[in-house]
Amino acid sequence: MYDFTYAKPANIADAVKTLAADAEAKALAGGMTFIPVLKQRLNKPSTVVDLSALGLNYIKLEGGKLIVGAMTPHGTVAASPEVKKALPALAELAGNIGDRQVRYRGTIGGSLANNDPSACYPAAVLALGATIKTNTRTIAADDYFQGMFTTALNPDEIITEVHFPLPEKAAYAKFANPASRYAMVGVFVAKFASGVRVAITGAGQNGVFRHAAFEAALSKSFTPDALNGITTPVDEMNADIHGSAPYRAHLVGVMAKRAVAAAG
Amino acid sequence: MAQISLTVNGKTVSADVESRTLLVEMLRDKLHLTGTHVGCDTSQCGACVVQVNGMSVKACTMLAVQAEGAKVLTIEGLVNEDGSLHPMQEMFREHHALQCGYCTPGMVMSAIDLVNSHPEGLTEEQIRHGLEGNLCRCTGYHNIVKAIAAAWPIMHNKVPMAAE
Ligand SMILES: Cc1cc2nc3c(=O)[nH]c(=O)nc-3n(C[C@H](O)[C@H](O)[C@H](O)COP(=O)(O)OP(=O)(O)OC[C@H]3O[C@@H](n4cnc5c(N)ncnc54)[C@H](O)[C@@H]3O)c2cc1C
Ligand code: FES
Ligand code: FES
Repeated sequence: MYDFTYAKPANIADAVKTLAADAEAKALAGGMTFIPVLKQRLNKPSTVVDLSALGLNYIKLEGGKLIVGAMTPHGTVAASPEVKKALPALAELAGNIGDRQVRYRGTIGGSLANNDPSACYPAAVLALGATIKTNTRTIAADDYFQGMFTTALNPDEIITEVHFPLPEKAAYAKFANPASRYAMVGVFVAKFASGVRVAITGAGQNGVFRHAAFEAALSKSFTPDALNGITTPVDEMNADIHGSAPYRAHLVGVMAKRAVAAAG
Repeated sequence: MAQISLTVNGKTVSADVESRTLLVEMLRDKLHLTGTHVGCDTSQCGACVVQVNGMSVKACTMLAVQAEGAKVLTIEGLVNEDGSLHPMQEMFREHHALQCGYCTPGMVMSAIDLVNSHPEGLTEEQIRHGLEGNLCRCTGYHNIVKAIAAAWPIMHNKVPMAAE
């Protein structure tokens, strides 16, 4: 690992100032992605700005929305009575991210800032039409995800909160890579009075995406059978040693049906 | 270099560390607590698991400076003053839950956190899910799961540890 200066600012303004002062400064949340990256010398930050003292670890229900602070660890979301009650699919998703030790430290803000194409939270945020709040603005999920490891965030912008609207029904079904637990394919379905939204992670060449054909069919009839015969374009699928593009396209349909069945 | 102080196995310690020093490097190289192992580069194997403020964490994926002021417990800190083993260590021995032993310190530290976090009981399925962050290349896990199931009632004072 290259050496760097470590900073642990006590408020958001100072954290933003430190990040803005230096193009090579980088934020550190749970470190579950960033520290392995540093170990492999894939990144050479001048300053590492630890966000853990900004007071962003909280969960609350406000104005009919579930609000999760950016530094809230996955394990806290999974165990939260508020989340289990208001949005059980999110608690379930968080409780199956990585492993116990990853869930103690990995955060929702870090997961969304990183936007790994196989990460779980992006599917929930996109399917639920959540809003990402930063130190300067709010960004709709539909505008936020911009391809693999790419988001609408500016380099010195910090995610502070995620606001989730509460659906009538929702569920996440993941086919996990057995070694890493990341999604080979993960499907989040969310049914609102206004219609159904479906987001797929792990499968697409450009990271998380919405599945328009599934959404149309499920908005008419929210049943697994409504997805019979609807295919997913193979040429948009990711292929790697874990699964070919046709395999992933098939798995998208299977996992979507499982998610609908689980949502009930 | 920064000087940090923290509590390790009940003792206050200070160490000079670089910002980039990992917690596991500080434990092994500065404090010579080599019971905590390193088995991978990808934060997947769990050989390095220690407890930080009661939570099991991968010491290879945390900077030493992040542990400033924290209470760290390593495998060396489990043994009782009279030299007797922690019930989890005793059950690992009793149930033959180790072969080469490389994964064992991390397994034991994860297992203790898992048992402590489930006072209401722990099913086999929960134990297996709880061990997803710890890889073992020898045992096939069955005896590890048995050892943890056996340690649960002892740690929650439901049964005393069986006499030899
Ligand atoms: C073994 C293992 C298994 C995993 N399995 C899964 C899985 O099954 N599913 C899954 O979804 N994820 C998985 N992960 C990823 C993990 O869950 C974390 O969510 C992820 O590593 C990023 O979160 P973090 O808090 O650790 O962020 P960090 O690693 O600290 O940061 C990641 C990036 O985000 C930036 N950043 C962090 N917080 C903010 C913020 N608030 N504002 C702006 N930028 C920010 C950092 O600068 C950095 O570039 C796994 C990780 C490991 C090590
Ligand atoms: S050494 Fe493998 S997870 Fe820490
Ligand atoms: S006992 Fe050898 S790796 Fe687990």
